[in-house]
Amino acid sequence: MPEYEAVIGLEVHVQLKTASKMFTDAPAGFGQPPNSLTNAVVMGLPGTLPVLNQGAIEQAIKFGLIFDSEIPELFQWDRKNYFYPDSPKNYQLTQKDAPVCIGGEVEIELAGASRNLAGEHKVIHLDHAHLEEDVGKLTHFATDSLVDYNRAGTPLLEIVTKPDLHSAEEAVALLQSIRMHLTSAGVSDCDMEKGQMRCDANVSVRPVGQEELNPRAEMKNLNSITGVKNAISYEIRRQARVYEKGGTVAQETRRWDADAGRTTSMRSKEEAHDYRYFPDPDLLPVHFPRHRIEELKAELPENVFDLQRRYESEYGLPYTLTSVICYDHELARYFEAAMVVYDKNPKALANYVANELQRERSQAEGDGYLPMEQVRLSPRNLAGLVRLIDEGKLTKQLAKEVIVDMFQGGDPAEAVMEARGIKPVQQDSGQLEEWCRAAVAGNAVAAQQVRDGNDKAINSFIGPVMKASRGTANPQAVREMLQKIISEG
Amino acid sequence: MDAKTLIQSTAFDLGRALRKGNTTATEICTACLEQVARTDDQVQAFVSLDPEKILAAAEASDQRRKNGQELSPLDGLPVGLKDIMAIEGAPLTCSSRILEKFVSPYTGTVGAKLLSAGMIPFGRLNMDEFAMGSSTENSAFRKTRNPWNTDHAPGGSSGGSAAAVAARQCPWSLGSDTGGSIRQPAAFCGVIGLKPTYGRVSRFGLAAFASSLDQIGPFGRTTDDVAALLDIISGPDPYDSTSWPEYLEPAMVQLNLPEEPAVLGLPREYFGEGIDPEVRSQLEQVIEAYKGRGFTIREISLPHTELAVPTYYIIATAEASSNLARYDGVRYTRRSTESNDAVDMYFKSRGEGFGPEVKRRIILGSYVLSSGYYDAYYKRAQQVRTLIRDDFLKAFESVDAILTPTTPTPAFRIGEKIDDPISMYLADIFTISVNLAGLPGLSMPCGLSKDGLPIGFQLIGKPFEEGRLLQIGKTYEQASPFTGRPAIANPS
Repeated sequence: MPEYEAVIGLEVHVQLKTASKMFTDAPAGFGQPPNSLTNAVVMGLPGTLPVLNQGAIEQAIKFGLIFDSEIPELFQWDRKNYFYPDSPKNYQLTQKDAPVCIGGEVEIELAGASRNLAGEHKVIHLDHAHLEEDVGKLTHFATDSLVDYNRAGTPLLEIVTKPDLHSAEEAVALLQSIRMHLTSAGVSDCDMEKGQMRCDANVSVRPVGQEELNPRAEMKNLNSITGVKNAISYEIRRQARVYEKGGTVAQETRRWDADAGRTTSMRSKEEAHDYRYFPDPDLLPVHFPRHRIEELKAELPENVFDLQRRYESEYGLPYTLTSVICYDHELARYFEAAMVVYDKNPKALANYVANELQRERSQAEGDGYLPMEQVRLSPRNLAGLVRLIDEGKLTKQLAKEVIVDMFQGGDPAEAVMEARGIKPVQQDSGQLEEWCRAAVAGNAVAAQQVRDGNDKAINSFIGPVMKASRGTANPQAVREMLQKIISEG
Repeated sequence: MDAKTLIQSTAFDLGRALRKGNTTATEICTACLEQVARTDDQVQAFVSLDPEKILAAAEASDQRRKNGQELSPLDGLPVGLKDIMAIEGAPLTCSSRILEKFVSPYTGTVGAKLLSAGMIPFGRLNMDEFAMGSSTENSAFRKTRNPWNTDHAPGGSSGGSAAAVAARQCPWSLGSDTGGSIRQPAAFCGVIGLKPTYGRVSRFGLAAFASSLDQIGPFGRTTDDVAALLDIISGPDPYDSTSWPEYLEPAMVQLNLPEEPAVLGLPREYFGEGIDPEVRSQLEQVIEAYKGRGFTIREISLPHTELAVPTYYIIATAEASSNLARYDGVRYTRRSTESNDAVDMYFKSRGEGFGPEVKRRIILGSYVLSSGYYDAYYKRAQQVRTLIRDDFLKAFESVDAILTPTTPTPAFRIGEKIDDPISMYLADIFTISVNLAGLPGLSMPCGLSKDGLPIGFQLIGKPFEEGRLLQIGKTYEQASPFTGRPAIANPS
């Protein structure tokens, strides 16, 4: 029996982040009362005309710049004609033949052996990405259906990959990479729960070694990462089983039933729509100025994986830190801002961002993380905290307490220390020597063990010194002072 | 001023009288409303008319003028509107059952320009349903009559707009022209009608028939009036991507320059078979009049003329099939009460809501766009369209404007062509190319047939040269004034 491989192409719909809709100045948004984000144009009233939102074009071009697509000199709009109650004009403005982005590459990272280990990286090729307008939302009841046009006319980028993917895991990694990059560049929030990112998957299966592609199943509207993963895995197994039994797979559209955990046939190719595409006569072809493309390019943040590689090579940060910071553009931006203030100890800073800050955010929010814009602990103050530790003015031990107050109140470390009565560590004061001499005098046995070469024995002095200093002493300085005193012995 | 004088006056004269304090907007509107009351049983130009609203607007205008706060020199003049332009709070039916109860919640650009000039929207004028037709017989609501002879059609699709101006129900009006829908009824009704260059007047607020061909334009009884109304409604519009982005010189400026003899081209393809002899002889009289004013007449060729009608019916119906998809019974259109589910609702609402000509064109348009036929029809038609435009641009290298009949015959009888779509389509044979080429076209009345029906001629100009076109029209107007008026418009 032959071995089978899956060939998968994705169509990813991403809502672009714009203040207004794609072809009119009605606001774009989510979670508003039904049909409140509409106007005459959104509702398709007689006589209304589309006018292109320049912001939507720029967001789409940014997508192309992030993923190295070609941005053509000219792109245009077509009408896709079909009747559906969620479509106010009963045609959708889209780009059939002249899309805004042609080609492109998305770097993906597959899951590693554990979450502390980097996974394999691959490049997935894009066919193109085109702009289109989103439709409204239908809600069905027993005898009626209601339609909300708030979403109608929202700019939507349809990203079409080449059939480069071979597993559900790769598909998921692609979605994650697109999401990381687009949220980082502010192109889209890509929140699948809010419908800001949706996915159709074309899946076919063929014996390993076969060149030509077998008929594919198109699965529509996979609306969560789990859904994408499960639907593709199921479909690969289903098709392989059909071939194993000597059957043939029909080219058709299938629906993913998440509850039943299986796909079912929706319509075959013979029933496919004739969309009667033609160039939209209301919108002129768009010539986008080259110099503006260069400006947009300059505004883009560093590519996520490039940033990660730079942090690893330049700062020596481990994967466990870069995978937290770089994959979340808010943390990356936070870290960068802190580095501007204090760049002597990137690793410590990264640690505080990836661990302490995240822990505080998580504790502040019952479910998930406290939104970044509500975080009071500023990058500047976090950098200040790390600097105090590095300068020996604050122990890591005390820092753990200090950062809690900094997170709560937003004050700098010094202010928190003062409020808590924590004195900065006195570096070479006679006080430290006094405490150390007292400790050594109190335990001659241990002192002798140290002199005999048992380094660990020195630890038995540190506790009493720290106690005497009420935690303000710098442990490193204490250790050095103890060694000096004992060796003088 | 008495009502009889007011209704015979041009918009220009009315404006002058208003400024001199010789009349008021209320007097003018009252006179027009009385003329409608007196004649519209026969003419049936109006789909709806709200006298109270009109008189309230007139009173407000009079108040503005009294306070020296008039919005423009023409503040207070009534303007009739084809029932296809959106004005907030006014019905917008497109003479279709499917929009029978629709009241526009927004004002389009042309409507906004009229209102900001203080002009008073004067009723909603009848038309062929969704501007599809050449006789106004395709209205779902009424059959408008030609004021010169009520057995005859006023032309279409802007038949109501032309008939109302001819019948002195209003001094001027607006229509829309996709393939001749302003010029052909203007010729049939003995008034002046102008289809502006594509892009000169915003389409925002004009219910679309064929987006790449539609233009709003004025009807009037003098070139001065037509130029003035054109200037009010023209201009770049951020709400219409196809509107010309630059400010153009007002047509009135050119119109008032000293007359300059021009070279007029006579396309030989427009003077072949099928022209009524009376139309032909009237055109000869027009040519002589121009020669008498020192104009040069030159024969030219527009070789792709015979392809214009089929090209037009592919492009216009393709766009219409998509533009009219929004009238579906879901949101604001009439919904069938008989339907059981969504698909059934579409079929029944559209089936009950659209008339036969609209259905015919939707079916034709859907066909030419369907996969497998797109290249052979729609794409090919777009290529031919370019050839037709190139014909004109080439001709304009040697002539200033082109002179043709507006229609092959004077107004035909109501019912004469309604069952013969092809013959109806050919009524627009001289006007259609102008829309395909996006050029300005002006129809001027030039005489009457022996049956007493008006005959018009058409002047076709270079892009955005409406001023020059109207100036050439004015030359004829002065050389050979058309003073006739239908009996119905005579003082009773």
